[in-house]
Amino acid sequence: MKELLLYQFRSEFRKKSIFYSLILYLVSLVFINYLSVGSQRLSPGIWSALFWMALLAALVNAIAKSFINDRPGAVTYLYSIVSPELIIVAKILYGFLLCAGISCTGYFFFSLWLADPIEDKSLFFLTLILASFGFSAALSLLSAIASKTNNASLVMSVLGFPVIIGILLMAIRITRNCIDALEWAASIDELMLLTGINLLAAAFSYLLFPYIWRS
Amino acid sequence: MVAMKSWWKVLSILLLVYTVIGGFLLEVPRLAIINESIRGLYFHVPMWFTMILLFVLSVLFAVRYLSRHDLVYDRISASFAQAGLVFGILGILTGMVWANYTWGTPWHGDPKQNGSAITALIYLAYFVLRGSLDNQEQRARLSSVYTIFAFAAMIPLIFVIPRMSSSMHPGSGGNPGFNMYDLDSSMRKVFYPAVTGWILLGIWISSILIRIRNAEEKIVDLEYEKNS
Repeated sequence: MKELLLYQFRSEFRKKSIFYSLILYLVSLVFINYLSVGSQRLSPGIWSALFWMALLAALVNAIAKSFINDRPGAVTYLYSIVSPELIIVAKILYGFLLCAGISCTGYFFFSLWLADPIEDKSLFFLTLILASFGFSAALSLLSAIASKTNNASLVMSVLGFPVIIGILLMAIRITRNCIDALEWAASIDELMLLTGINLLAAAFSYLLFPYIWRS
Repeated sequence: MVAMKSWWKVLSILLLVYTVIGGFLLEVPRLAIINESIRGLYFHVPMWFTMILLFVLSVLFAVRYLSRHDLVYDRISASFAQAGLVFGILGILTGMVWANYTWGTPWHGDPKQNGSAITALIYLAYFVLRGSLDNQEQRARLSSVYTIFAFAAMIPLIFVIPRMSSSMHPGSGGNPGFNMYDLDSSMRKVFYPAVTGWILLGIWISSILIRIRNAEEKIVDLEYEKNS
């Protein structure tokens, strides 16, 4: 298990260009947002919508990489030594760490260029963590599906967007509450639902992945 | 023999004829704002019941495919999904007609409207996925996995989130639903037959789609035999 996770990291860092291109992609997205809204003060709703839209694009691309770019030889090798359940768990955990890193980077650049209206930092980071896990759990499986098709990246976004709307909606609502500095009780429903969706997505990925892996 | 086997199709037609005639002509409760648009109930609500039933059947057959690996189940599952999608789109359209008169705009951004649009997107994506895979086995397996996963992801979207947010849709957010409007039970006389009729029609359409898919499969097989 630990070796598998480490293997993910090593193979990812070997392809440094992908990692850097993801970060650059995110930074350019934030910068485009900044140029298009200028320096005006954004309302909480607009800020959280822009923030999550930028993250959505970056995170979908990040997770899409988790299967689409795997070399065929490496896949066959992995297939022969470990069970599919282990692989999906490793991919989800790796994707979770990657997403969490990307979201924090995104937040940093947003606060640099588009001001930082977040009042309740701890709740906001909790949301970032939960949403990162949700994205990773929901999209890793879809990435595996999409990697089998002819036009993988397009299919990936078509399949992914409807499935993660729930996570995104909840995250945007909690972020708005964070900006308005409401107490935690105001967002408890959303937090519960976000956790619920995460568990659901993770459980179904775990159950369904072996069927895809077999081919 | 034919009449015995297809009695439910005849029943479906009779019920739907009754729904259209009775739905437009029978007495309905007089209510402010809603007025005659309350008749949409006979068409809009059964569409959703049918859609959900067809999607559930589609998921069940997808599960069955994954456990049995027989392509027949995949064709059944895809046919139910296709018919369900048609009913979903019709449900959205009938809802928009009603909303245009009652809420003043066809798309009000109500949580239920958005949820149903997302559902339609999910199933359109399902067919995009099927279209972009050439290998039959692979298409069956991957689309089965996707439809199960998407259905699971859809449950919070259409059953939980709309209940959490305020909505103007009848029957939610403190708005009276069907039971409150229909004080003298006069609408039930049309509503229950309407639901039965539409559901039967949905299953009928699906069964035809299944037969078309099976026939296409047979044609491919025959051509393959002829050429080899």
